[in-house]
Parts: sequence; structure tokens; C-alpha cells
Amino acid sequence: MGGNQTPLAYDYTVARLFLYATILFGIIGMTIGVFIAFQMAFPELNYLFGEYGTFSRLRPIHTNGVAFGFTVSGIFATWYYVGQRVLKVSMAESPFLMVVGKLHFAVYILTILLAVVTLFAGITTSKEYAELEWPLDLLVVVFWVLWGVSIFGLIGIRRERTLYISIWYYIATFLAVAMLFLFNNMAVPTALVSGHGDWYHSVSWYAGTNDALVQWWYGHNAVAFVFTTPIVAMIYYFLPKESGQAVYSYKLSLLSFWGLMFVYLWAGGHHLIYSTVPDWMQTMGSVFSIVLILPSWGSAINMLLTMKGEWNQLQSNPLIKFMVLGSTFYMLSTLEGPIQAIKSVNALAHFTDWIPGHVHDGTLGWVGFMIIASMYHMTPRLFKRELYSKSLMETQFWLQTIGIVLYFSSMWIAGITQGMMWRATDEFGNLSYSFIDTVVVLHPYYTVRAIGGLLYLTGIFIWAYNIYKTITDGRKLEDKELNVNRSPMSAN
Amino acid sequence: MFHWLEERPFFFAVGVFTVVSFAGLIEILPNFAEASRPTVGTKPYSTLELAGRHVYIADSCNACHSQLIRPFKSETDRYGMYSLSGEYAYDRPFLWGSKRAGPDLHRVGAYRTTDWHENHMWEPVSVVPGSIMPAYKHMFSNQADIETAYAEAVTVNKVFNVPYNTNITMRDGSTANVKLPATYDEAKADVLAEAKIIASGMKNQDVKDAVERGEIPQIVALIAYLNSLK
Ligand code: HEC
Repeated sequence: MGGNQTPLAYDYTVARLFLYATILFGIIGMTIGVFIAFQMAFPELNYLFGEYGTFSRLRPIHTNGVAFGFTVSGIFATWYYVGQRVLKVSMAESPFLMVVGKLHFAVYILTILLAVVTLFAGITTSKEYAELEWPLDLLVVVFWVLWGVSIFGLIGIRRERTLYISIWYYIATFLAVAMLFLFNNMAVPTALVSGHGDWYHSVSWYAGTNDALVQWWYGHNAVAFVFTTPIVAMIYYFLPKESGQAVYSYKLSLLSFWGLMFVYLWAGGHHLIYSTVPDWMQTMGSVFSIVLILPSWGSAINMLLTMKGEWNQLQSNPLIKFMVLGSTFYMLSTLEGPIQAIKSVNALAHFTDWIPGHVHDGTLGWVGFMIIASMYHMTPRLFKRELYSKSLMETQFWLQTIGIVLYFSSMWIAGITQGMMWRATDEFGNLSYSFIDTVVVLHPYYTVRAIGGLLYLTGIFIWAYNIYKTITDGRKLEDKELNVNRSPMSAN
Repeated sequence: MFHWLEERPFFFAVGVFTVVSFAGLIEILPNFAEASRPTVGTKPYSTLELAGRHVYIADSCNACHSQLIRPFKSETDRYGMYSLSGEYAYDRPFLWGSKRAGPDLHRVGAYRTTDWHENHMWEPVSVVPGSIMPAYKHMFSNQADIETAYAEAVTVNKVFNVPYNTNITMRDGSTANVKLPATYDEAKADVLAEAKIIASGMKNQDVKDAVERGEIPQIVALIAYLNSLK
């Protein structure tokens, strides 16, 4: 990964479109997230928008907005940037792939906008991260297939024979999500069978325990293949690029990749511990979750060691800060998850706020930071402009870091408090607390969590502003100024 | 071997796919038939209950409530007998939830009543001070979608052999038979009769009047569903 590429004219039209989408959905998804966090602390906020404004209507819009809006746009944006560069081929060389790319974007945007509208209307299957009804699922299949055509099409005309590590992870993301999504969303449209009722309504292929099993096999691995593998693809490209350092160890990359592929899928069972699925599956879920620490930490350590001898960059370059702290949060989250998967810990943690706490140190700290850094790195190259303000980046970094710390620490305390109170008994073995006692006690933690979220969201607005100002007002750059590692940024 | 793969995208992709699909095959498939058998006393949802279940789903009650009682004394003391796999045989989709902002509801029908739910859904804090559950007043005026519920009952009956119009042995030895008429018009009449029983336990005059007129507000369907959770 040297710094100097032969100046091949890459075509970033589609990358730019997805960059806008990333920012837009980041703002929408996280604004709703912060709003519903405040609703948990101040329930009166449920009544601002009638039936469309309750916590329960908004929560799926938050999760879908940040997962399938913000994160997936970010993945696509980086693909349309990284793909061309590591395969050493420009999209401009293939009019076909250009059309595919633009169509991909168009179908994707349409799907996400329809998703927002239908979720507001309460049209949902209720399965987490698979809420969309079948007509929208079909649209998802269309844009996913278009993405596949783009990936394999570009690979087909590549000049660089060997696939770089990031490409492995994009391929894995594409294949695994396709498989998971198809199986979990299998449903029978009821109007087709009966001739009655809403045409878009459907009923799941699976019932009860089986439905739960398929759902968490999907749900857990959506985390694997939306929040992990594509983000690892990003860090393997952007960290070496931005720092000018070679990836520390090829062997470790190899081990982590194949290890992750093999182990991750087994771990879904940890969502179902002490449920009605058979014991051996729960145990498998538990054990494989522990094993999962190895490949996860493998990638993270590989990235941190890539910075060996160059730690001074951490001080001078805010992008390196985002990426290094991102890997650190990844390590925290991939240690915390397996701990929660230990049966006795799970008995306490399951159903409590510790779980959303865990989700958010991963998504805000790892996924969010990596996408933010990737977009910052891409912007000068996409628009040939210098990044507008380094000091705004620094401010954003610290606000968001404090936000994340407030979020997960308050949720740790809330979750453990709640779990302990649910099981507490007095000297005669009677339950000590009624349920409402365990709700009221959480008020301060819910407030702190919401403030943490608000800090993070403020950072997102700063990010959007900084990129907007870069595009409109940033100093114009010559090609040779772009052929550097460290992203050009204005000192102010 | 890995270097070889990294220059051959097709085989690389096949390799990845094989490795990731392995776990699903081994973990999920073997148990499928076993887990779908109903326990004794589990009967399909009536059309009105299904309509209520749709209301529950549309408003994502599962974002705050679980329906899965784990086998610990602290849970069975609070919520009743722990949940069994076969009790979910007719739950499409399952509604176990993943977060308890509020209590588990798997057996809420065993200890809460129609009028309790009526007051609680209208204004939770008036029943349980300190509650953070939203009030769902719109359910008292919005209409339940009975036709889609009927469509779902017909579909699961045809496609998945869910036993409507069949005698089912209950835990106490009696038999139950959940009707699913052949035409929607007949079904509507049955649903209305069931709704009248619920409405008679309620005091909201608008809801009572609506049911008299032959309409079915969402709250009536929702309560029928909550009452069925035992
Ligand atoms: C923001 C989270 C939240 C949402 C969304 C929510 N609830 Fe609740 N629910 C609670 C809390 C907290 C309690 C405990 C306090 C109380 O009884 O109000 C509760 C209690 C209940 C109870 C009483 C259970 C018992 O054992 O006493 C029922 C029934 C109930 N909810 C039904 C529903 C239904 C139906 C919906 C969807 C329309 C729903 N809830 C949506 C938080 C929520």
C-alpha cells in the first residue's frame, strides 16, 4: 500500500451520491435515536406527533435508519471508492458498470425512503432488523444484486490480480447478507392465498421457536456482516492509507478473516440462552461467542500494530484518532459481547439496558467512528478540495468520545441494577421489588444516556457541516496535492 | 492455498459461502420439526385475537415487552410458569422481544382483566404511577383491520395446516374448536360477537357505541389478544 498511485482517472460519481446518503441518514437515524432516548427518561415526549410519535413507532425507524440508512450507505460509498483503487480499474472504463452503479443508488434510496414511510405507518413484520414487509424486501434484493454485479463486474475487469484484504471483506459481506436476508424474510403474502386484506401483508414461514432461531441467526449475523466485516474492510484500506504505514501482518489478516467467517455464524445462539431452543444450541452459542474474541481481536491488534512507531500521528491527525479509537472500541465491544454470552452473566444481563449499552459501544464507537473517518478521508479526493477545518474535527472527536462513554457507562449501571432488582428476594424468598420499582430507579441513567446521545449527535452535525463547507468553500487542490497519505486539511 | 484463492475471485467466493453456511445447516435444520409441535392446550388465535396481535405488532409493543418467561424462580414468581416451546406453535412471527422496558407479557391474560387494560392503555400512569409506557389513546378510535386478520387465518390454515375448525384437547381435558368460516362475511359476524363480549367488560362509551354499530376499534382487538396470553 504505497502512497503514490499511477494517476488513473477514477470515476467517483456513485461514491459521491452514497456519501450524501450516509450523511443524510446519519442525521435522520440518530436524531430519532436521541429523541427516543429522551422519551425513556421523559415519557411526555411520546405525545408530540400523535400515534406516529410514540417510542414504539419510532424505535424501528431509528434502528433501520442507522443500520440500513447510515451504515449501509457508508459501506456502499466506500465500496465505490476503495473498489476502483485497490483493483486498479476505473468505473469510467465500463459504461455498463456505471449504469449499474447509478441504478443501485436509485433503487437503494427509493427503498429506504419507502421504509421510513411504511414504518411510520406501522407496517412492520416486528422481526428486529427485518421489519420491512415483502414488497420492500424484494426491492432490497434488487439493490443487493445490483451491488453484487458491481463488485464482481469490477473484479472481472481488474488490473491488480491479487485481491486486497478489503475486497475479501466486501465479498463476504455481500454473500453472507444475501443468504441471511433471504432465509429470515421468507414469508407468505396473505392476500395472494386468501384473496382478502392488505396486499402487502404477509405471514412468516416459520413459527415460534423456529422463527426465533432463524431470526437470531439472522439478527446476530447482521451485526457480523453489516457492522463488522464491511467496517473491517474500511479500516484495512483507510488506516494504512491515511498513516502511510503497511498493514502489520498478512498472516494475522488471513487468520482473522477465515476465523471470523467460520466462527461468527455459530454465535447467534447466545441471543436465545434460557429460551425454549434446545440446550445444546444455547451452549454452542455461548462457547463460540468466547472463541470469537480471537479473530475479532486479531483484526483489531493488526490495525493497532500497523501504527507501530508512528504513534505521534495520533496526536497530529484527527482521522487517525477516529480510527485508532474505533479499533479500541471494537476490542471493548468484542470482549463485552462474549462476556454477556456466558450463561450465568446472560441470566442477569438479558432483557436489560446493558444490551443496548453493548450495541452502542460497538456501533457508535466502532462503526460510527470508522464511517466518519472514511468519509473525511474520501471527501478531499472526491471533490478535490481541502478539508475545511481540522479544529472542528478535533471538537467533534472529543464530543463524540465523551458521548459514547456516557452512553455505555450509564447503560452498564442501569442494566446491572435492573437485573439485580428483578431477581432480588427478601429473607422469606419473596420478590423484593415490584416491576415499576425497577423502572423508576432507571430515570437518572436514562437521562445521562440521552445526553450522551445528544453529544454524539452534535458531533454528527459538525461532521456534516465540515464536509458541506469542504465541498462548497474548501481550498481547491491540484492532483499532486492529492497524491499524499495524510488527508489535506486546513489548520483552522 | 490462500494466495491461490486470493487471485481467483470465484473460488474465493465459493470458499467464503461454504464456511458461512455451514453453521446454519448444523444449528438450525435438525430441530425444525421438533420445535414446531404444539403443547397440549395450545390453540390457534381467533380472527379477533389475530387482529389484536397485528395492533400489537404495528405499535411495536415488542420493543419494550418480552413474551418469554425464563426458567428461574424470580421469573416464575413474577410472571407464572416458564414458557414452553410448543406454546408458540401458532406464533408467526414469534414475539419474544429482546428488551424489557416493561414486564413480560407471555401470561398477562392470567392476571390482568379487560377493564384493567382499558384504563392502562388509555393512560398508563393513572394505573401505575411512574410508568414510562406511552398512552395509546388512538387505539380507542382507530379501526382494527379484521379482513387482513381473516386473510392471515385462512393463509396459515391452508399453507401451514394450522388446525382451525378442529377439536383440540385442552389441559383440563375439555375440547376447544376455533372457528374459521369459509366466507369473510360469516367471519365478520363471529368476530363481532366476540368483540361484544370484550366491549361489555369496558366502560368507554365511544367504544361500546362503535361495537354496537358493528365497528371494531383496535383496543377491543388488542384486549382480546392480551386476554388470550395465558
Ligand atoms: C416505552 C416502553 C413501552 C412500550 C412501547 C409499551 N410498554 Fe407496556 N409497559 C411498559 C412499562 C414500563 C410497564 C410497567 C408499568 C406499567 O404497568 O405501566 C408496562 C406495562 C404493561 C402492561 C402491564 C403488565 C403487567 O404485568 O402489569 C401491559 C399489559 C402492557 N404494558 C401492554 C403494552 C402494549 C399492548 C403495548 C403496545 C401497544 C405496550 N405495552 C407498549 C413499557 C412499555
